[in-house]
Amino acid sequence: MSPSPKIESKPELDFGNAWDYATAPEGTQVVIQEKYGLFINGEFCPPRSKQFMDTVNPASEVVLAKIAIANHADVDLAVAAAKAAFPKWKRLKASERAKYLFRIARRIQERGRELAVLETLDGGKPIKESRDVDIPEAAKHFFYHAGWADKLDYAFPGLTGTPLGVCAQIIPWNFPLLMAAWKIAPALACGNTVVLKPAETTSLTALRLAEIFQEVGLPPGVVNIITGPGNSGAALAAHKDVQKLAFTGSTRVGKELARNLAGSGKRLTLELGGKSPNIIFEDASIDQAVDGVVQGIYFNQGHVCCAGSRLFVQEGIMEEVLARLAVRIASLRVGDPMDKNTDLGAINSLGQLATIKRYLEVGTAEGAHMHQSTAKLPKRGYWCAPTWFTEVQPSHTIAREEIFGPVLSVMSFRTPEEAITRANNTPYGLAAGIWTDKGSKIFEIASRLQAGVVWCNSYNRFDAASPFGGYKQSGFGREGGRQGLWSYLELKA
Amino acid sequence: MSTSARLGVLKTYKLFVNGAFPRTESGRTLAVVDTKGKLLAHVCHGSRKDLRNAVVAARSAAPGWAKRSAYNRTQILYRMAEMLEGKAEEFTRVLASTVPGGNRRAAKEVAAAIDRLVAFAGWADKFGQVLGNNNQVAAPFYNFTVAEALGVVCIVAPSEEPLLGLVSLLAPVICAGNTAVLLGSEAHPLATAIFGEVCATADVPAGVVNLLTGKRPELLAVMAGHRDVDGISAAGCSKAERTILELGAAENLKRVTVEKINGPAWYHETKMHAPYRIQPFVEMKTIWHPSGV
Repeated sequence: MSPSPKIESKPELDFGNAWDYATAPEGTQVVIQEKYGLFINGEFCPPRSKQFMDTVNPASEVVLAKIAIANHADVDLAVAAAKAAFPKWKRLKASERAKYLFRIARRIQERGRELAVLETLDGGKPIKESRDVDIPEAAKHFFYHAGWADKLDYAFPGLTGTPLGVCAQIIPWNFPLLMAAWKIAPALACGNTVVLKPAETTSLTALRLAEIFQEVGLPPGVVNIITGPGNSGAALAAHKDVQKLAFTGSTRVGKELARNLAGSGKRLTLELGGKSPNIIFEDASIDQAVDGVVQGIYFNQGHVCCAGSRLFVQEGIMEEVLARLAVRIASLRVGDPMDKNTDLGAINSLGQLATIKRYLEVGTAEGAHMHQSTAKLPKRGYWCAPTWFTEVQPSHTIAREEIFGPVLSVMSFRTPEEAITRANNTPYGLAAGIWTDKGSKIFEIASRLQAGVVWCNSYNRFDAASPFGGYKQSGFGREGGRQGLWSYLELKA
Repeated sequence: MSTSARLGVLKTYKLFVNGAFPRTESGRTLAVVDTKGKLLAHVCHGSRKDLRNAVVAARSAAPGWAKRSAYNRTQILYRMAEMLEGKAEEFTRVLASTVPGGNRRAAKEVAAAIDRLVAFAGWADKFGQVLGNNNQVAAPFYNFTVAEALGVVCIVAPSEEPLLGLVSLLAPVICAGNTAVLLGSEAHPLATAIFGEVCATADVPAGVVNLLTGKRPELLAVMAGHRDVDGISAAGCSKAERTILELGAAENLKRVTVEKINGPAWYHETKMHAPYRIQPFVEMKTIWHPSGV
């Protein structure tokens, strides 16, 4: 083993906090109403509950708007609208159904800037991510699935697919519009109707998507959007006229929903938590790998179910990787999400910030060594500097539990066999990363990792054509690609 | 010299676990009678502990079975068909004497079970091509989706069609590289008990197929809640049984498939030989690799 080169841990060019960039100009150009109702049967309507809650900009703690809290009566109305719209939507010629989806895709692209700004204001993610990832990918999901609508007979040769009926879809706060698109597009392409419940802290872009549905003339009731906390979602999931539930969120809630649905005959797909391994072998291109690690754990403040939160580094390059990682992390800009130079935006909510901080304390208390970027954090808003732990044992809480924040646990390994065993030693199985320049090693490791998505010499890549979903307790079912259609169709020989 | 008929040997069939034929650790047996109520044999009344032992065997066999070449699994499934063909008369006789419908029905069931094994023998090295594909992503990546085995699958065979039901549920599971713990027909357990002899002589590696006879009310909840089981395949279940399976499965998010297949549907080859019957027992893994020089 060759001795590792020593890398200066201080960056030569410290742009990190050298000067302030100009304020982003698009900051205030999006019109946000004071209050939003529910989107039922093609119209925005006040909630039967008469209750509203605040949605807050996590970067400024300013209240952006009030959103409705859906109660049982509201859920009943939304499901009834979806049920009433189903027969006609199902009978609509498939190529016509496709054209609605194409129209939606186009309008998302055309209103992309507005949607990106709104997404960033409401959720705290950097504008460069909402602009370059969330919104374009959301549009792509509608484009991709639009094309499937009239080609379903070719998806599963030998089988004929018919739509299921009303699909309940409950989505999280980390990719609000993108998750809405992941859920709605395949459901509609397959001829189902939808009741979607966005997360309580990030409902605004889904409600803007509802405006797009109105613009493109989507028949009333085909998609209904109800807002509110977890209770609203639970009421929706339990509704007797719901044929299928698609849930993205925590493993704890996923299991609860699975228990609630047991014996009901409802279809269920779950896209849940993760503690994904990112493995760097000695023969990897180290600069690329370090960048991939940063992309893997700090993308979207680590609010990513497939975040590469466990880094396994082969022993011989540990010192070098840590040194380079420290340099790279020091260059990350943390702050105003509306600034297009920002790398890490705000933590999505005060509650999530508290969760992350608790994990930082537990990590230290259990004996791991915490490192944090010294990036200057804004005074208002919810922030967490990019953090990484060394001296982590596999039994440590921070190596086992999903943190859902910008927190990386670094561990070492000696042999490929050990890397595989330790990577798989988790109840989760959502994603994994492998860094090596040796092709045969890539395929062997990729085939032995228990993960639904394996990124080789890359991390956190997404595409509407590429199925996504987990092994083990990261859930079941796939979203995207041909395999994603499976759970939105009743298939018969 | 006595003129009375020779006294038959009444056999007690044992379980089939980890490639061997143990008696149930519980020491319990169940009597099997023919359609006229005459005692035919005994089978083991499998216990929760037997089930847990079988899961241990299935788990230790799982990596090796999944790693075998698909071509090798093809040959082993085909060998099972060959061995079943060789025992066709025995199965026909047993089924005819225990299941209403007589000899003709029994012969038809045995023939269909053999053909089903042949069909899935053929699928072992092809289902991946049908269920998987490459994905045309909008970036310079080579991206493909492959089907991989789930791991350990517990099977609840239906009461009716005791042999065909067993084979119909077992074949897709092991064809995909999973290992199986199967609870046979509760009403007619003899086919399950004898099927162990087919597996034992067909080069099926120890632990890949484990066969239990016993009672659903004792075993379903244990199967469903077992933390080292990855999937469940069941048919001929009541709503209450389905609820037990799905409720327990939520503990570790097992993949549960409960099929409603009745009477003639078991003989519907287009449906029953489809690769989509393998789909619930695989995981789809999507692999990305950058493309460039």
